[in-house]
Amino acid sequence: MSQFAINLLFVGASFALYIGIAIWARAGSTKDFYVAGGGVHPITNGMATAADWMSAASFISMAGLLASGGYANSTFLMGWTGGYVILAMLLAPYLRKFGKFTVPDFIGDRFYSNTARLVAIVCLIIASVTYVIGQMTGAGVAFSRFLEVSNTWGIWIAAFIVFLYAVFGGMKGITYTQVAQYVVLIIAYTIPAVFIAMQLTGNPIPMFGMFSTHTESGIPLLTKLDDVVNALGFQDYTADVDNKLNMVLFTLSLMVGTAGLPHVIIRFFTVPKVADARWSAGWALVFIALLYLTAPAVGSMARLNLATTVYPDMAGQVENYEEAALNPILYEDRPDWFRTWEETGLITHNDLNNDGRIQMYNNAADFSDRGWEGNELEVNNDILVLANPEIANLPGWVVGLIAAGGIAAALSTAAGLLLAISSAISHDLIKTMINPKISEKGEMLAARISMGGAILLATYLGLNPPGFAAQTVALAFGIAGASLFPALMMGIFSKRMNNKGAIAGMLAGLICTLLYIFTYLGWFFVPGTNMLANTPDNWMLGISPLSFGAVGAVINFAVAFLVSNATDAPPQEIQDLVESVRYPKGAGAAVDH
Amino acid sequence: MADDKSNAAEYWKANVRLIFGCLVVWAFVSYGCAILFRPLLAGIPVGGTDLGFWFAQQGSILTFIVLIFFYAWRMNKLDQKYGLGE
Repeated sequence: MSQFAINLLFVGASFALYIGIAIWARAGSTKDFYVAGGGVHPITNGMATAADWMSAASFISMAGLLASGGYANSTFLMGWTGGYVILAMLLAPYLRKFGKFTVPDFIGDRFYSNTARLVAIVCLIIASVTYVIGQMTGAGVAFSRFLEVSNTWGIWIAAFIVFLYAVFGGMKGITYTQVAQYVVLIIAYTIPAVFIAMQLTGNPIPMFGMFSTHTESGIPLLTKLDDVVNALGFQDYTADVDNKLNMVLFTLSLMVGTAGLPHVIIRFFTVPKVADARWSAGWALVFIALLYLTAPAVGSMARLNLATTVYPDMAGQVENYEEAALNPILYEDRPDWFRTWEETGLITHNDLNNDGRIQMYNNAADFSDRGWEGNELEVNNDILVLANPEIANLPGWVVGLIAAGGIAAALSTAAGLLLAISSAISHDLIKTMINPKISEKGEMLAARISMGGAILLATYLGLNPPGFAAQTVALAFGIAGASLFPALMMGIFSKRMNNKGAIAGMLAGLICTLLYIFTYLGWFFVPGTNMLANTPDNWMLGISPLSFGAVGAVINFAVAFLVSNATDAPPQEIQDLVESVRYPKGAGAAVDH
Repeated sequence: MADDKSNAAEYWKANVRLIFGCLVVWAFVSYGCAILFRPLLAGIPVGGTDLGFWFAQQGSILTFIVLIFFYAWRMNKLDQKYGLGE
């Protein structure tokens, strides 16, 4: 059977599984469609949350960024897990007690203002659309490889399937489909990692293998990796970073963004009790950690495998890396996976010194003494996880499995976000604010039209994305963290916070963050419209646009605090509402909508 | 009623104290051990690199899990103690 047929089989079988479960556990009502009913066990809910949460960014893109950035990109690992600590302590239990099912609902009611609701809707839509751009980038990579078409075609096909999946679904609301997606996703991610860890270190557990001895050379794997990348002109994989401020802010940005993203928050409305919302966050993190603890192993081992594929002599070396570097493989002899990825345009080779070989090294380093005239190999970071099993020569079914996993990750999250966008428009904007008498049919139609609009926009922008999948997604986190998180938190922890303060804070956080991002990445991410080049020299105080969400959040808090204290305290019934969300007692059945 | 109120206020204070404690640990392992204090921990070797690197890639994630479960466990106790659970 050809690899193409195996991929098709695995992706097809996993889809059949999700659809089968969806039909078996059909949502009974509109409420079920949005939040999967109120009776979900914390462990089940944790698993579903993990599937919702881990998107193309975590599955496809993150290990690639770890591989290329090494220690510096640990921010993704800490940021996307540490956010759950804030979520579990500062938001989830109280929002569960509040008992509505959208983020604008809470903000609109708590700040007794439709303007606040509208601002929250705008923040939510901007953050979610940016997030979907990242998903489209990642899903495009997966589809282009798996259907063996160009990357552009891959993105359009992904868009079409995500659209079908989200619009005709209601699957999203069914927790058990999410559970199945989690199982597929984690198996697909772990199996190749176990094989590779075995090959390289003899240790079957990737998270331990990463810190043990590289069998072929007999030195620790990370030391080996440092030596290899060093010989190619890169800094050490484990090297410390100079710009600690940026690293701290980036991590913080991802953390507060996690706690501000609507599709994750919604998950905590589906547990029976407030106490379960706390446990649920813990279980979600356990299931997420299974992938996140494996990811750094995948990243480091893939980087090593890629280098030793190009420079086979390096694998067994302990000392003579310089010599080994002089003998890269001939372009003619490139492995099969290399050829298939070349077709997608995500790997390119350009024989600058016409020696018929592949020189892969840091372009900033000068190796003219070795007869090298520039780096000849461009490998898109986002392909690394998908190509990983092939690079390690694993059997065809493992490759098929990872294709199914990557697509599951992208689809489940994209569908979740589209649902959040469409419910913000159809429910919060149209039904609550514009036309309360709209029929259920009309509401569903508005939901589907807004999903269609969001996906077209995201796909168009995804063709020329502002970064790799995980970086684009990081921007979405910055936006959500700077706008929604502070308003949610203050809504619970400050009785004094009033409508004017919250609105001013959200607007200040959102606008500052967007302006900073657009300055470097182009207005609304349209390429070529940026005012400054996106390089560290141009960044204010060395703060990258990816990290600015944390600054935006601080601005949000400060503005909200000042404005609120200069204006009237909120009315007594709102203060009582805040009081009541603080205590689990009397939470009642989940979501009475 | 007055008792209820002071009881509830005490519960909330205990909750905020607990959150604060947990967030101190949260910040210490991630921003501290993994980023800012990494140079100080450079002398402690872990599998081919140093402790700060381990905290950045694995240690902080493991700590986060423990923190959330610890918080949930403590809060359930508080819910019972103050009679504010469900």
